[in-house]
Amino acid sequence: MKIRNTEHRETVVLQMTPMIDIVFQLLVFFVFTFKIVLPEGDFNIRMPSASASQTSQPSETPLLKVRLRATPTGELARVQLGDVVLDGSTPFAQLNQEIRNLVGDSGGPGSTEQEVEIEADYDLKYRYAMNAITAITGYVDDNGEQHKLVERVRFAPLPQ
Amino acid sequence: MRIRPKGDSSIVEGDLTPMIDMTFQLIAFFMMVINFSDAEQDQRVKLPASELAKPPAAPYEQPLTIHLTSNGHFIYAGNELTELARLRSALLRETQIILRYTSKQLADVTVIIRADKNAKTGLVQEIIATCQELKFEKFALRGKQSEKSTIRGA
Repeated sequence: MKIRNTEHRETVVLQMTPMIDIVFQLLVFFVFTFKIVLPEGDFNIRMPSASASQTSQPSETPLLKVRLRATPTGELARVQLGDVVLDGSTPFAQLNQEIRNLVGDSGGPGSTEQEVEIEADYDLKYRYAMNAITAITGYVDDNGEQHKLVERVRFAPLPQ
Repeated sequence: MRIRPKGDSSIVEGDLTPMIDMTFQLIAFFMMVINFSDAEQDQRVKLPASELAKPPAAPYEQPLTIHLTSNGHFIYAGNELTELARLRSALLRETQIILRYTSKQLADVTVIIRADKNAKTGLVQEIIATCQELKFEKFALRGKQSEKSTIRGA
C-alpha cells in the first residue's frame, strides 16, 4: 500500500481584502451618520387661546402671578410673587421656597390645581423665564429625586 | 562590485490583526452611540438649562418644532424666517395640511419651542400667541438638561 506523504500540505490563505473592504465601508457609514444629540427636556404647558379658555370652568384656586422685570439690556431686575418682591441674591430659589410653602409641599408628589401665570417683560432674556418655570414647577432634593409642585403654568397675554 | 541577485526577494506580509481589531472596535463604538431618531436640533440655538427638563416619556406624535435664535430669527422646517408674519403663514399652511390629511385636531398637536437662552421672552410669547390664534394648545418649552441647580445661581 502506498502511503501518502503527509508533510507536503497545501497552505490555505484566507482572503482578507473583501472583509477589510466591507469593514471600512461600515466604518465610513457609521462615521457619516453619527450625530451628537444633546440631552434635552421639555416643560409641557397647555395654553388655549383666551377665547377658548373663557368658556372653560374657572378654577376655584386663585391665580398666582409671577412678575419678571427686566433691565434695558434684558437682564433680570426683579422677581415678584403677587405683591411680594423677592429681592435676595437667589430670587428663583426664594420663589421656589414660596411656592413650596403655598402649595403645602411635604416632599410628596405634587398634585395641586394651583395655576401660575408668568408676566415677563418683553426684553427679558428667555433663560430667566425658564428659571422661573423651573422654580414654579418643582425641585430636586438632596437625594437627586424630583418633586413636582405646580404643573399648570402659563404666560400672561402680551399687552396690545 | 558584487550585485545581489534580484530574484531572491522574499514576500513581506504586514500583520493585519491589530488594524482589524481597532476597526471592529470603532464600528462597535459607532453602533452603540448611533441615534436614528429625527430629533430636530439646531446648533444656532443654545437652550437654557434646567434641572427639571426631562425628555418626554413617549415621543410626541408629529410635533411641530419652532426654533428661536438669539437675534430674534425664527427657524421653521429648515427655513430661517426674520418676521413673525412669515412664520404665521408657514404655520397656517401646516395647519391646512394637518386638517386635510390627518384625523388629528390642532389642539392635540404639540408645538415644541426651542428658544435660545438669550432670546427675548416676548418673542416666545408672540410665537405662543400666533400658535394660539391657529388653534394650537399644547406647547413644549424645550430646555437643556442640567445636573446642577439652575435656580440657585440666578
